[in-house]
Parts: sequence; structure tokens; C-alpha cells
Amino acid sequence: MVNPHTVMYEAELNRIQTSVSALVQAANAKCVFVVDKNGQFIASSGEVENMDATSLASLTAGNIAATGGMAKLLRENEFTTQFHEGKNAHIYIQLVGNRVILVVIFDAKSSLGLVRLRVRKTSDELVEIFEQMAKKSAEPGGGSAFAEITDEDIDNLFND
Amino acid sequence: MTFINLMAREINCKIVYYGPGLCGKTTNLQFIFDKTKPTSRGKMVSLATETDRTLFFDFLPLELGEIRGFKTRFHLYTVPGQVFYDASRKLILKGIDGAVFVADSQIARADANEESLDNLRVNLAEYGLSLDKIPYVIQYNKRDLPSVMSVEELRASLNPDGVPEFEAVASDGTGVFETLKAVARLVFLELKKSGA
Ligand SMILES: Nc1nc2c(ncn2[C@@H]2O[C@H](COP(=O)(O)OP(=O)(O)OP(=O)(O)O)[C@@H](O)[C@H]2O)c(=O)[nH]1
Ligand SMILES: [Mg+2]
Repeated sequence: MVNPHTVMYEAELNRIQTSVSALVQAANAKCVFVVDKNGQFIASSGEVENMDATSLASLTAGNIAATGGMAKLLRENEFTTQFHEGKNAHIYIQLVGNRVILVVIFDAKSSLGLVRLRVRKTSDELVEIFEQMAKKSAEPGGGSAFAEITDEDIDNLFND
Repeated sequence: MTFINLMAREINCKIVYYGPGLCGKTTNLQFIFDKTKPTSRGKMVSLATETDRTLFFDFLPLELGEIRGFKTRFHLYTVPGQVFYDASRKLILKGIDGAVFVADSQIARADANEESLDNLRVNLAEYGLSLDKIPYVIQYNKRDLPSVMSVEELRASLNPDGVPEFEAVASDGTGVFETLKAVARLVFLELKKSGA
């Protein structure tokens, strides 16, 4: 298989959820997102109702990819954190275990120092969870439902 | 790198539209966006120059319906076709599940097509991928213009292996969904083969 799949399991997704919810509280953040380096949304917590999570995920991944490209030019391994300061909202981006991206959005109720401090603990937790998940993913039969896909199933997808 | 969420029961796949500058990649996505029910698509994000040339990428998330109880989401990306944006093009290929090569049928763009296809091969190789291993289709776009190559000529230079090919006029939508469906089908067949 050329292109291994990433499989997200319920147990680990629940642990990720717990971890990011705790971060919203501890960092006094508006919201927190976890995004995969390829731009897939994984989890979020906080005031996310008015956020376009899918666009945010894709742009964050593009941003990290571009920054990673710059790092390479400077023979740096990666730039693991980014901070963008707005008038009201600020965004703190942390690359975790070179695998996923943690995005914290906060305002004047919090501070860069607090966010940076709290992100550290969450990063450690996420590294551990994603290692666990990668191990599970590598075992056979991750989502074996797809072995039975028929041509008909595929045609039905487009029938509207 | 199909992304399978067992909790939300979702499959996410990444399709990349590649091809020389101005061949019509963004126009393909724009047409898909315009013709898809708002409930089945998200926002189209375009990182473009002031003259509407793609600067980094276009992104369009689509929901195609269910397969075996899983929601299927397709993330469509275009690359910037202009030669000097190669570093960005390479980045966008990361995690690709399927490729669409959009060729510009105009005679004047014959070399640009070949260069772009070579460039796609080189950039995929950096991720250990190749066109004969991943789901891949080709679109001959701008069939409406006067001085275009014949499909036979295009095939000879760009599609010697005979992957699925489609004639298109992306600006009026001809062939756009046919192309998308073909690559989506190949992605699912790949998923099936790998017995994910
Ligand atoms: N006549 C004609 N024009 C087309 C067709 N498809 C696209 N165009 C036009 O070609 C121009 C370039 O199209 P884009 O979709 O922006 O090209 P692109 O491949 O995204 O270009 P880059 O972003 O620079 O890589 C636009 O003016 C389109 O309207 C077609 O099938 N026929
Ligand atoms: Mg474009």
C-alpha cells in the first residue's frame, strides 16, 4: 500500500476532546482546535459555533506547511510555534509531535504567556495520544468496512 | 492518506488539481462550488493574487453522501500553475489521495502541459509516490477554443498509459463533474483494494 490511511478511533478521540476542553479552561481561551498536518479537522472545544472549522483547518495546515518550507531553506528542522496578534482576537499555533497542529484562539481575557504555558501540557498529552493511535492504525483491520465497497455503492454516491 | 474517523463515521479524501498556469484548475473548482447544494459543500477558500492567479491554493470541501454507513468528504485543492511557485505546489501534494491533471488543449500550451506533468511526477516522487500508483485522471480543457490540439495528439504526449481522460470546457462546466466522479471512483477503489 503506497498511501497508508490515518484512522481515528473513538477512545483516542474522546481523550483528545477531554484534553482540549481542559486547555480552553486552563488557558482562558475562546476556543481550541486540533488539526492534522494535511488539513483535516480532528477536534475542537470552546466557542466554535461561528467558526468555519473546515476552512480554518485547511488554512492552518497550509500555513504550517509554508513555514516548514521556510524552515527547510534555513536548515532549521521546523518552526514549531506561531503567534498572530489581532486587534481583538489572537491566534497561537503549535506543531505537536510533528504530526498534528494545536490552534488556540484567545482574546484580552487571557495572555500569550498563559496560553504558551498551558499549551505545553496539552502538547505532551496529545503526543502520547497520537502515538497510541498510530500504533492502533498500523494494526490490520482498521476500518475493514471498505473492503466490501461495490461499484454500485460508488455510483449511488453521485445519484443526486 | 485517506483520513478515517471511526467516531464520526467519516472518510476524508484529498484530491489535487494540477496543471500549467491558466489551464483552468480554479475554474473547475469554481464550477463545482456553484453547482453543489450549499448543504453539501463548505466555503471555497482561494489564496490568489490581485489578478486572480492562484498564489498558494484553492480549497473546496465537498460532501458526497454515504458509503457503507460512512459520510464521504472530499477536499479539493488546486495548485498554483505558474512555474515559479514550485515550492508551494510541492507542499500541497502532501497527503494526496487522488490527482487530476488539467491540460490546456491550446497548441501554444503543448510544452507547458508537458513541463507541468513532468513537474507533477518529480514532486510526487519526493513523497515516494508516482502517478501509476495513485488514483489519477486527466482532463483536456478548453476544447471550445479555436487552435487546439486533437485529443489524439494530447493523448500521445500526455497520456501514453491510457488513464481515464475527459474533454472539458471548464468555463461552462462541460466535463467538470465527469472528471471529479472518475477520480473519486478511483479513490474508493483504492480504499477497497487496501482493505483499509
Ligand atoms: N475559453 C475557455 N476559457 C477557460 C476555460 N477554462 C478556464 N478558462 C479561462 O482561463 C482563465 C484561467 O483559468 P483559471 O481557472 O484561473 O486557471 P488556473 O489553472 O487556476 O491558473 P493558475 O491559478 O495560474 O494556475 C480564466 O479566464 C478562465 O475563465 C475553458 O474551458 N475555455
Ligand atoms: Mg488557479
